[in-house]
Parts: sequence; structure tokens; C-alpha cells
Amino acid sequence: MMRFLLLFSRQGKLRLQKWFTPIPEREKKKIVRDMTTMVLARKPRSCNFLHWKDLKIVYKRYASLYFCCGLDAEENELIALEMLHRYVELLDKYFGNVCELDIIFNFEKAYFILDEFLLGGEIQETSKQVVSRAIEASDMLQEVRCCPVGTDLRSVFPSS
Amino acid sequence: MALKIVKGSIDRMFDKNLQDLVRGIRNHKEDEAKYISTCIDEIKQELKQDNIAVKANAVCKLTYLQMLGYDVSWAAFNIVEVMSSSKFTYKRIGYLAASQCFHESTDVIMLTTNQIRKDLSSPNQYDTGVALTGLSCFVTPDLARDLANDIMTLMSHTKPYIRKKAVLIMYKVFLKYPESLRPAFPRLKEKLEDPDPGVQSAAVNVICELARRNPKNYLSLAPLFFKLMTSSTNNWVLIKIIKLFGALTPLEPRLGKKLIEPLTNLIHSTSAMSLLYECVNTVIAVLISLSSGMPNHSASIQVSLRSIQHYLGLLAMSKILKTHPKSVQSHKDLILQCLDDKDESIRLRALDLLYGMVSKKNLMEIVKKLMLHVDKAEGTTYRDELLTKIIDICSQSNYQYITNFEWYISILVELTRLEGTRHGHLIASQMLDVAIRVKAIRAFAVAQMATLLDNAHLLTGNTQRNGICEVLYAAAWICGEFSEHLEDPLSTLEAMLRPKVATLPGHIQAVYVQNAAKLFATVLRGQEGAPADRTVAQETSQLLIDRLPLFVQSANLEVQERASCILQLVKYIQKLQQKDVEVAEEVTALFAGELNPVAPKAQKKVPVPEGLDLDAWINEPPSESESEDEGRKPKGKAVFAKEESKHTKPRYTEVDEKELAKRREVRKAEQANNPFYIKASPSSQKVYQDGVGVEHIPVVQIDLSVPLKVPGMPMSDQYVKLEEERRQKDKADKKKKDKKKRREKGEKGRRRKGDSGPESEEDITPAHMVDITTEEMPENALPSDDDEKDPNDPHKKSSKHKKKKQKKEKEEKEKKKKKKHHHHHHHSDGAGDESVQNGNVEEEEPLPVSNQSSSIYSMCDIQGNLQDGSQVVVSVIFENKCDSFIKAMEFNVLDSLNSKLQRPEGAGPHDGLTVPFQLPPGISNEARFVFSVQSIVMPQKLKGTLTFIVKTDDSSTHEKLDFKLHFTCTSYLITTPCYSDAYAKLLESGDLKGSSLKLEGVSQPFHHLLARICFHHHFSVVERIGSCASMYSRSIQGHHVCLLVKTADQTVSIDAKCDEPGLLGNVLDEIKLTFSQC
Repeated sequence: MMRFLLLFSRQGKLRLQKWFTPIPEREKKKIVRDMTTMVLARKPRSCNFLHWKDLKIVYKRYASLYFCCGLDAEENELIALEMLHRYVELLDKYFGNVCELDIIFNFEKAYFILDEFLLGGEIQETSKQVVSRAIEASDMLQEVRCCPVGTDLRSVFPSS
Repeated sequence: MALKIVKGSIDRMFDKNLQDLVRGIRNHKEDEAKYISTCIDEIKQELKQDNIAVKANAVCKLTYLQMLGYDVSWAAFNIVEVMSSSKFTYKRIGYLAASQCFHESTDVIMLTTNQIRKDLSSPNQYDTGVALTGLSCFVTPDLARDLANDIMTLMSHTKPYIRKKAVLIMYKVFLKYPESLRPAFPRLKEKLEDPDPGVQSAAVNVICELARRNPKNYLSLAPLFFKLMTSSTNNWVLIKIIKLFGALTPLEPRLGKKLIEPLTNLIHSTSAMSLLYECVNTVIAVLISLSSGMPNHSASIQVSLRSIQHYLGLLAMSKILKTHPKSVQSHKDLILQCLDDKDESIRLRALDLLYGMVSKKNLMEIVKKLMLHVDKAEGTTYRDELLTKIIDICSQSNYQYITNFEWYISILVELTRLEGTRHGHLIASQMLDVAIRVKAIRAFAVAQMATLLDNAHLLTGNTQRNGICEVLYAAAWICGEFSEHLEDPLSTLEAMLRPKVATLPGHIQAVYVQNAAKLFATVLRGQEGAPADRTVAQETSQLLIDRLPLFVQSANLEVQERASCILQLVKYIQKLQQKDVEVAEEVTALFAGELNPVAPKAQKKVPVPEGLDLDAWINEPPSESESEDEGRKPKGKAVFAKEESKHTKPRYTEVDEKELAKRREVRKAEQANNPFYIKASPSSQKVYQDGVGVEHIPVVQIDLSVPLKVPGMPMSDQYVKLEEERRQKDKADKKKKDKKKRREKGEKGRRRKGDSGPESEEDITPAHMVDITTEEMPENALPSDDDEKDPNDPHKKSSKHKKKKQKKEKEEKEKKKKKKHHHHHHHSDGAGDESVQNGNVEEEEPLPVSNQSSSIYSMCDIQGNLQDGSQVVVSVIFENKCDSFIKAMEFNVLDSLNSKLQRPEGAGPHDGLTVPFQLPPGISNEARFVFSVQSIVMPQKLKGTLTFIVKTDDSSTHEKLDFKLHFTCTSYLITTPCYSDAYAKLLESGDLKGSSLKLEGVSQPFHHLLARICFHHHFSVVERIGSCASMYSRSIQGHHVCLLVKTADQTVSIDAKCDEPGLLGNVLDEIKLTFSQC
């Protein structure tokens, strides 16, 4: 089972965090700190796996962002690497050539995508199509039910 | 009311949304905290409003701030409010915030139960989905208990989207509320066969997780999973299932046997590294659980390991190493290469592996490589790691692998040149251990230590900066204790009394002082024989009298006490000397007695003399008030038992003389001859030692920034060379002897060839007779069982010899067998399926040997090249089986119209290719040759010759070997997986021509039969139903070959289809041949 997934920048700024097991806030902060220092200290082209306490840490750098996850000791590191990659593909498909700024400004969308892909630290859906269909459908739901800010105003002040 | 809405909307227009907040934070890099605190104030205002849109916006911003590390727990209630909004947009934000911010101790969670239940039963599947996702993050035992039933119902929801989420979240529910497992399990099991692949994989995930926690309960599901494994094409699911089997096999070994085959098939067919890795891991687990060892399979694992990323490959290898050390040893070079890797974690893994791989033969080589790395290594941690590994490797199992201790000592001395290492005491203890236990080495060790002492300034360059000066402790002690081996004790004595010694840590100084006295005794004895030279002895006394006061002033009590004691002694001796009294003998008597190592278990073996009750009080029990004394006794005993195994501490550091005396009395009868049982551990802490007079003594500091090579120190490299020469010579001697023997025997039998195949472990004789582990045991020691376990126990020697003999006999038998085998192939000239040893070997055809004296054994492996449809790669392994050197090998093949050996540009069509290596006796190596093939429809035999020069000591002869290369049609096939739907399409297309084959009297089980076809003929199973299976393979030129294999009462019928009938016919013939041979 995946315990957590972190996205952080080269400067160590956290961009996304997902904890699949409930962990106290202080502990979370400590883990984030450890992960960023540990992963950022790695030289380029060194291997993507680390051991940390009783967890396996798998990380990969995509452009300026590090994707880093913590796994139970008996998990398969390579499949985790593929999971990270699949998540990046999903983001890429959704945002269209995703960059760090997309994730910063639409961080809730990044979470929604993740929630369709993983659940409780396990893979929920392996098919890219199914995931993006689910995301599109929920987004549609959001558009229909909620009025964008601009339209609201015009209906309130029809005279102006 | 309307006004309120208007007001809310206007507010909203001016509110910051999430994007504004992010932008704002990015613009206020300098005063981020201040900016955020104003934002939080704004958010607090927004949360107070009734407008849910405003609230949702505020909660969304809070979620972002939470990620940045700000505390937002105060807004928990607002989050619940947003969660309960009826609009999906807000609900989504609310649940997201909850999943990020809530944890088990968030008290508002109690309020959410009903809301979540409502959402779970919402007609909108996305409402339900969002609720499930959120719940998975913050489910508490209470929530789990209250909602378990609702979620269970959702597992049978009509929409697969909900079903898979519900199945996955059940795992979390089980964890929080285990009682729910029993009622939910049947439904969960049902989901393993759900029509939707997503739900199915979710169920597999959950059951695998459950099974990993408690495998025993899930054994009954094994058949179901086995079916899934063979039918599933989804790698994500396969990995989970295979992992599950890895957990199950230790409980049910029969399962393991069943698994090996499909797993090896997967290993060979899959292109996904992650799946491959999982298979390999599980196969290893299976092999461990079977423990009977299946060499064939571990060989095939190795092949796949090579391709896996280094780090994981090394991890897996270390697992194999535990059970099948032999199979890993062949990858020594690869592992040594990993030491060059940039990544430190890879290097450390490789080091771990090396530890298990050394043998007598390769120890020197490996250590030499490691020493090179020590020189290159950056960063002290890695270097220290290397150092400890070198020592670990050398000293493991009682120096089992060291054949030349001079070499080892010089390695240790070389290691002392490392700057800034923490492991000085480790090196020191090794030096002591070796010097004490290997008597033959003492003279050499003493000479080395003397040079070390003489050059002590190199080690202590920047005073006390490191632990390497610990080495001097060992050096001084060895020089003192074994001073009879010293060539020039006087100069060593002088070196030990240099003023600079006073800067060393106290415990080392103490050893210096004590051993100076020993050296003094040696010097006196040396001089006494020549009465003319009386002055030298007197000068030595004077030297001590001059230098010792420095130590008498030491702040360290130990040093002070010893120094003043010895100083008085020397003064007394000086007086006697002036009266011309012979004192040497009496002074030597002070240090007389041989020091013997004590076996670690010696203490336990001391029999309790009759009539002695160890539990009885010797004196009257002390009163309560004397509790301190009471406390000391057991403690003393503990130290006693623990420390005795170490030979590192000299008896002279004994502090607690009194207690020792007391104890000694008790045991005097048994061990009067072992007075050095108890050794106080040398305190490694540095002692404050600004002695009064120290500053006034002028110290000439020679500051050498570059550590010089200590003059006269032999380099360990030389030993490597010497050792090689020695072994060579030993072997030559042995050969001579052998020859003699043979001649004596007469030339009756056939001359044995390949006499000394690979140099076996037993052939290496140690350089000098060393007596390791002549550890002393109490005279009337009790025999005990644990003794037998010690592999190096000298008492076991006899049985060991026996074993050796048996082994040799066995080897010989095997050799003969091989020879037979050899000929068998020569005659039959067929595909050598029996001797296939590793998965990739297509065909193993020993080259026929032309005459008896020749001595090359080779086998080859023919494989198609997927990238190029007209290329075939033949790898040939050459093994030198004679005892002479073979060089200048040339490989040549007579080209046919169809197949040509690819030669370098400019070479003529009949020129041979030089094999790019030479072969020392007993060595094998692999060379690859590329052939271009035009048509792959027909099998082919190519004739070739191998010429080479056999070089013996005095002459060299040119020899020639003829051989045939057999290119079967199956060697053009490449295992390619095919999915059943693609397979069906292929068959429907009608492009394929059919043919069939019937085999009778095949008695093996169907799955064996399939495995055989897969293995030998490169097919993969597409589908198997009962006693019928469809198989697929592809040629290097893209021909599809499909087989339908059916079996009934020992008759196997194979219907085959292929777009190239010629190829098909030949492949079928080869399959027939395979089965006719078994």
C-alpha cells in the first residue's frame, strides 16, 4: 500500500500532499521535511529508490517537480514508479502539457485526478480513459450546477 | 432576502479566489507570513457569511494554506458545512478539505456520519464517489462501524465506478472495524470475478493486502488466484497476485512447485520490468521455501536479473545469495562494476553482496579492487564503510579465506594511511588478533609494527584528529610482547619514548610505557652475551631514566602509575648494572610466559570441581547496607564472560588487580596458566592530559601534508603478485608430481585430459603453515554440542578431510560423465535438449574434439536478433580444459549461400575471426559471432574450424578443431506474447496454412509438455482450456506460428498454422525430435 504521495519543487516547496493513512500533523511535517531534504540531496542519474525507516521511498523528477511516494516494505518499487508516471500522464492529459504552475494554480484539480486514480493507497483504476472520463463527467456536473462568477452579476444587475 | 443575495454576490466579486491567493503569495515572497495572516483574517470573515459559495471558496483557500503548513484545524466545522452543501461543486471542495485536514482526533467527524450516509445513497454517482474518496482518508473506527453496512451494499451497486471505490474502501473499514470482515468477505470474493476489470483489480488489491497481513486464512483462495494469474493480462493485477503467492508459498510448499513454471514463463515472456521483478522476487521466495534448490531455475533468474535496474537487481541477488551462493558468485565482475556506480546506495548494496562472495581464490583480487576504491572514495562515511567491509570480508569465519597473512598484515598497514577514519580500533584489534593467533606471522608483524611506530608522526599528524592512532596501541603492544623477533629493539624503544608520545590518548601511552619496559628487558638480554658492550645496556637504562619522567607527570593515572613503577625499577637495575651484576635474566623473568589465545567458549567449559557450590556464599552474606558491593559482583562476572573472547586487550591494562586476585584464588586449580582472561576494555575516550611539563619540552613537529609511503613497507599489491606466482608454482610442482605418478602407473589408461580444470578451492595451499584457532581450552574441558557447529574447529579436521576426498571423487565422476555426454552429442549431432541449462540457451552443442590431446570444450547458443530480421547471434563459450595456456584462437565458418558469418570490413570471405581473448588453464569465456541469414525456412548446418595455439612451458603447438554449427528453425523463433483476441483474429484472417503432427506415447503431464514447447521452441501459451492449449510464436522475419495442442491418452496432436509452410514443417519436425528424445 502506498502511504503517502508528495509533490515538491526543486526548492523544496510542497506542491501537493496526499496521505493515505491518518497521520498526526506534526508527523506529517517531519516526513515532508525528511523527504525533501533526502530526495533533493540526490545527484542526478542516481537510482530512484531509497529506504527510510521501514518504508521504501520511490521518487522521480519530472521537469522541475519531484514526485515522491512512500510504500510499505513489501511493495514493488517498479510498479510505484509506473504509478507515478501514470499520474503524470493523467495530469498531462487533463491540463495539456502540464507544468508546475498548472498544479500550483489548480491544485484542487490535481487532487481530484489523484482521487480517481488511487484510493486509500491502492490503484483504483488502471485505465487512463476511464479516469479521464470520470473527471470530465464530474467537471461537467460542476459547470452545470454552479454558475460562474461573471454570469451571476449580470443577472443581478440586468439594467447596467 | 434578495438584498442578502445581492450583498453576497458583490462580496464575492471582490473576494480573492484561490488563484488570487496563490498569485498573492507568489508576489509577497519577502513577507509571506504577514500576507498569509491577513489572508487568514479575510477567510475568517468569509466563513462567517451565510453564502455557501463564499464559504466554499474560503475552505478551498484554507486547503491550500494547510498544504503550506498552516494550522487550519479551527475551521473544521466550516469544512463540515461545505461538505453538506447540496451542490456537487461545493461538496467536492468540502470533502477534499476534509480528506486533507481531518484526522482521527478531529472531533467534528462525529457530526459527519449522517451526512456521509446521505451522500453514499445519493442518486448521483459522483456524489457517492466523492464521499467514498473522502471517507477513505479520514475513516475512524466509529465511522467504520456505522457505515460498514452502507458500503457493503455499495459493493453491489449497478455502476462499476461506485463498486470499485466501495471495494477498495472496504479494506480501510476492515482495518478500523475488523468485525465487518466476516460478513463482507463472501461479497468481496464474488468481486474477484466481477465483469468490470476495474472492480476485479480492486478486489484483488484488497484481498492481497488482507492476505499479506494474515496469509493463513487465504490459502483456500489459491486456486482462484492461480486461475486469475494464468488468465489475466493486466500487469497491475498480475503483480498483486504474484506478490500474494509470494506470501502464501512459505505456508504451502506444494504451491511453490506449481508456481515455478508459470512464473518462469512470465519471466521469459514479459517486457514489463516491474512484473519481471515481482516474478523474480516470488521465485526467490519459492526457492527459499523449497530449499531443495533448483539450479536450473536459479540460472534462469540470473539471466533476468542482469537486465533489471542495478539497485533492485542487487537487492534480489542478496536474497539469492542467502540460499544459493554459488549462482551469485558468477556475477562477481558485474557486482564489482557496481562499485564504480555514482550512486552511493548502489555501491553499498554491492559491498554487502561482496561479503558473501569471497573465496580463497578471489579474496586478494576483490580486496585489491576495494583498496583502489578506498583511495578514490570521496566522503568519509563511504570510505569508512569500505574499510569495515574489507576487514569484515577478510576476517569472516575465522580468517577462512586468507591464505597469506603477510598480505593481510600489509593490507592492514595500508589501511592505517587512511585519513580521518573512525575505525582505528578496528584495525588495531585485527592486528592484535592476527599477531597473537598466527604464530608464523609474528616476526613479519613485529617488523611492520616497528616501522609503524617509527613513523608514528604520520598517523598522528594533526594531533588527535582521528581514531587512527589507536593503531599505535596495537603496534606498541605487538612490538613489546614479541620483542624477541625485533631486529633492532633499541631503536624501537627509542621510538616509543619520543616526547611526542605524550600527545597520544592515555590508554595508548600506558601501553607504550609498559611495553617499553619489555623492550628494555629484551635489550638487556641481547647485550648480556657480549660483556665488552656493557655500555650499551647502561645507556639504555639511562635513556629510560631520562625519558620516563615525562610519563610520570602524565595526568592519566594509569600512565603515571606504570611510569613511576617502571622508573624505579630501572633505577634499581641501573644501580645493579653499575655493580656489574647480571640482571638480564631477572628482568626478562618479569615478562616471561607465552601468551595464548583463549577460546571464546573456554570459560563455559571449565568443569565445576566436586564439592564446590557456586551458589553458596563464600563469606557470610553481606548485610543490606553493603548493597554496593553486592551490585559489583554480578557486574564483574558479566564483564568477565563477555570480554574473554577478545584477544585484543593485553593483560597489562588490568586495573582491578585486587578483584582479579580474589577470583584467581577461587579458580587457581583449573587455570593457573591462563592469567589473561580478564581484560579491562581500553577506554577510547580521550583523556585530558596537559601535563605540567609537557609544554616545556621542545617538540619538533614534522608536518607532512602528503602522507609519505612509509619506507620499507611492502605494498599489498606485491603480495598479490607473489601469491599468484606461488600458486602457479605450487601447481607446477603438483603437476610434476602428478606426471611422475602417472608415469609410475604406466601408460595403461587413456591419458586424462583437462586434468586441472578450474582451480578448485582445495588446490590453494596457504603460503605458510599458520595455526589459526589454536585457542586454549581448559585442560579438562567438557565436550559440548555447540562445539560441533563451529566449522573451523580444529577437532573436526579429520571429518573435513574425508569430505574433501568425497568431493574430489564426485568431481571426477562428473568429469567422466561430461565426457560421455560429449561423445553422445558428437554422434547424434542433434539439438542438445538435455543439457540445456539456462533459459536462453537454444542449443548446446559441444564441438567435436578432433584428437585426444586437444583440450577445448565449447558450447554455443544460437539466437535470433529481433531488431534485424536477417541476423542470428551465436554465443560460444570456450572453456580451456587442459593445463596449458591457449591463445591466438581463430574462429572460422565455411559460409553457405544462405548463411554467412559477418566479418569485419576488408576481410576476405574465407578469413577467420580472431577470438578476442586468451584462455588460461581452466578458464572459460564467451564470444559472440553474428551471422546473416537470408532464408529462415530451412534448418542449416555450417562447418567450421577453430585454430589455436597451445602454449606449454617450453613449447607451443598449433592445433585445430573441426565443428558443426546447427541452426535449427526454432532458433529463428522468438517468444512473443499474444493476447487471445489478437490470436483469434490472426486465425480468422485465413492467411495461414495448416499442418499437423501426432505424437504418441507421451506420458508426461500436459503442463510439462507445454512448458517444454515453450522452453525449447520459444512459444508462449495464449490460452489453455483443460487438455487443450493454443500457443504462439513469431520468427525473426515476422512469420506467425500458431499451435493448437491437444492431448488424450498419451497421444498428443498438434495442429499448426503458419504463413510459411516450409518453416512450419521444420519446426514441427524439431518438436517431434524433442519429444522423441525424452
